Amino acid sequence: MTAIDVPLAVPVAPVRVSLWRRLLRRPVGLASLIFLVLLGVIAVIGPFIAPQDPNYADIRNVLAPPSAAHLLGTDGSGRDVFSRLLVATQTTVLAALLALVVALVLGVIGGLIAGYYQGWFNNTATWVTELTMALPGIVMLLAARAVLGPSVWISMFIFGILLAPAFYRLVYASVTAVRTELYVDAARVSGLSDTRIIGRHVLSVVRAPIIIQSAIIAGIAIAIQSGLEFLGLGDIAVPTWGQMLNDGFKNIYKEPLLMLWPSLAIALTCIALTLLANVMRDEIERTVSVRRKRRRAVATATGSVAAVTTSVALGGGDVVDLDEQPIYESAGVIVHQDDVRSKATEKVLEVRDLHVGYDQPDGSHIEVVHGVSLDIRKGEVHGLIGESGSGKSQTAFAVLGLLPRGGHVTSGSIRYEGTELADASDRAYAGIRGARIGYIPQEPMSNLDPSFTIGSQLVEPLRKTLGLSKKDATQRSLDLLARVGIPNPKRTFDAYPFEVSGGMAQRVLIAGAVSTDPDLIIADEPTTALDVTVQAEVLDLLRDLQAERHMAMLLVTHNFGVVADLCDRVTVMQSGLFVEQGPVRAIFHDAQHPYTTSLLEAILDEGPARGPLTGTTVVTKGAGA
Amino acid sequence: MLSFILRRVLSGVILIAVISFLAFVLLYASGGDIARRILGENATAETVAKKAEQLGLNRPLLVQYWDWVTSALTGSLGRSWFTGELVSVSVSNRVAVSLSIVIGTTLVSAIVAVVLGVLAARRGGGVDGTVQVVSLIGFAIPGFLIALVLVLVFAINLGWFKATGYIPLSTSVSGWLSSVTLPIIALSLGAIAAVSQQVRGSVIDAMSRDYVRTLRSRGLGSNSVVYRHVLRNAGGPALAVLAVQFIGLLGGAVIVEQVFAIPGMGQLTVRATTLGDIPVVMGLVMAYAIIVLIVNLLIDLAQAALNPKVRLS
Repeated sequence: MTAIDVPLAVPVAPVRVSLWRRLLRRPVGLASLIFLVLLGVIAVIGPFIAPQDPNYADIRNVLAPPSAAHLLGTDGSGRDVFSRLLVATQTTVLAALLALVVALVLGVIGGLIAGYYQGWFNNTATWVTELTMALPGIVMLLAARAVLGPSVWISMFIFGILLAPAFYRLVYASVTAVRTELYVDAARVSGLSDTRIIGRHVLSVVRAPIIIQSAIIAGIAIAIQSGLEFLGLGDIAVPTWGQMLNDGFKNIYKEPLLMLWPSLAIALTCIALTLLANVMRDEIERTVSVRRKRRRAVATATGSVAAVTTSVALGGGDVVDLDEQPIYESAGVIVHQDDVRSKATEKVLEVRDLHVGYDQPDGSHIEVVHGVSLDIRKGEVHGLIGESGSGKSQTAFAVLGLLPRGGHVTSGSIRYEGTELADASDRAYAGIRGARIGYIPQEPMSNLDPSFTIGSQLVEPLRKTLGLSKKDATQRSLDLLARVGIPNPKRTFDAYPFEVSGGMAQRVLIAGAVSTDPDLIIADEPTTALDVTVQAEVLDLLRDLQAERHMAMLLVTHNFGVVADLCDRVTVMQSGLFVEQGPVRAIFHDAQHPYTTSLLEAILDEGPARGPLTGTTVVTKGAGA
Repeated sequence: MLSFILRRVLSGVILIAVISFLAFVLLYASGGDIARRILGENATAETVAKKAEQLGLNRPLLVQYWDWVTSALTGSLGRSWFTGELVSVSVSNRVAVSLSIVIGTTLVSAIVAVVLGVLAARRGGGVDGTVQVVSLIGFAIPGFLIALVLVLVFAINLGWFKATGYIPLSTSVSGWLSSVTLPIIALSLGAIAAVSQQVRGSVIDAMSRDYVRTLRSRGLGSNSVVYRHVLRNAGGPALAVLAVQFIGLLGGAVIVEQVFAIPGMGQLTVRATTLGDIPVVMGLVMAYAIIVLIVNLLIDLAQAALNPKVRLS
């Protein structure tokens, strides 16, 4: 019902498969299209098949009921309702199309020019857009009507101008996004003219969103036009749906049925246009997500093949059939025996045969962790290492019970000091999450709520989880900030997250994780997002805190340097499976799995490496003997 | 913060000045034609010229505008050409009526939209699907059609509410409620549809944020995180949509006021438009522009309260 209120259609990738054909396969899309096509046909032939003159008023026969002479009866002036409806369809549809075409021409051309060349044109256009937003559209149309007189064509022309920003913003946003793409640069370098580039690369991107937007705009134009005509502001000689509604409303007490036909026409047309736009958007979004999924499926498939290859290689076979289905085996983990330095304390966390999967919107299910088992003992730091996408973080989130939307523990068990947590409810986690298990995230900035001060994000859990008073919680937070090495705790406490550096933010998150005194910390790549110098400091801090609080820690990382620095035991993960597990010294000295050795070799490139050091010592010894 | 407000006010004043100039030029440019339209087709050229002179329409446009501005700054927007009433008086009498309906609608739709949006985002499945379908239809059907159906069913057939007329809040609270309930329902359905969609999207987006996981990892329940952190962060985009909706509601009220015979700004706009009562139309345009400006300013302030980045920059 609003003039300029048009939701921006999402700019999406170009659609190559025929959108129309897919629309026809959706019942809602098919029904809307059939309705609109019928409407178009009536709009074209309506005036020719109208049985009577739509404006002929038979004063002696007003408000007549439906009869053979008057299929739908007569209106308040004795005019034939059926004939008027047919003729009004043409005017209404044409006038709405006029608004749409004006908006399309102005908005698309303006958006293309402003988006492609930027500069003053864009500034002016933004200003004009803001001006058109300063008044309700219908008020502007009324003001124009006061000067220009009653004409549905003039008001729809002006309304087209007012609607142009809807297309302008859409095209402008898409063009700005596209013009920085490399392939557009490439096209420019290879000497294509600007018009060719706009035509080929830019228009193809915005075509689908423009069609969707057009359907919405056409609906709005019909709604506003009918509203104006309903107010009695139109030309009486030109019948429209809105005008018929006006006549019906005048006779609402005598003959309420008169309002039915124009109301139905307006409502059904608006609904058909909106549904069509919606189905189109769904279809386009689905194409995009199917493409993404295909890409992901290829990635997982290759990963699984790699897993099969390595396990076959271990078994001594050297011929691998790549077309074979991937086989998941949890028994394939190479386990090293505990050595003398291993902690013999009791287990805090026992994970057995854990499977994690995600529900897909189409009802299917993708498994990302295929049955893994590990124990963490009191005071022990357990490293979980593997490349990105191997399922390390998924394992960690499963333990915390904080898997992203759609994620579940599908089978297996997670026991924290005897409490079963696999796929448990929030109630089961109450008193455990926070109070017993803490979490240090990877990316410092995105893990602090930008709308709240750092202090309030520390105080809130302390009050809730430990039941501290506001004063005590504040004092404890300030102490913790000082403990994690923040130079001016009070200032950081009062600051918003975007006012501190990444290193500081990570210290704040560490303070938050230990603030509730957990026995087990799950740290998900706690140093990956930081500068190299800050990484070392944060690792030192983690080691110190772990030692002084006797916390157990599950340290997720892709860096063997970090493992060597901090961990007692380590598990190597690949493609959703554990491949090797054992005390950190055993793994460094005697890695069995080819994936582990390749990871160990990789640390040579990554700064301070401790693994090869021992090897060097051996060589020196040998030389000395 | 103060400089933020001052900057917004200043840019608003400039916008108002530009609008007043454009509106004045567009409305008064066809000076002679206006006089003819008032007098009718049969008037002689002489009487038309006389009328134009009487109304001051024969002077240069910029002089007329300057006159209008100087008297507007002293609070006078001239008199109606037809009733002789002071424009400032007849407009301000109606502002309160329209605002009481539009503000009521905004509050109702904001509350319902947040409830529906959060429900759809958190429950998903059937609840989500139902809300989506209802929103889609609420968005598609023009508000005045809903108003007509409501009049027919609840006022004429069932007689639960007053079909027409308006009772000021100061006269009787229950009377006011009975006279504004149907208009508010008719207007709010579309706004609820648009805002609840935005709330749903923003809440889903905010719930998948890293900081939500981190806060929950420290033992906060999912409800308290949603109400304190998710809603606050989802509030910004939802407010922006609500601001656009408010402008739309002012426009929608023009038609809905006509359906329910409510003596608001919309009704006056329609009457002045059909008569060609230019001073009244001009006064109304300025009143609408100032209302929109104030609402946008309030929304900006609310955004700043929700989002420290806006406030501190």
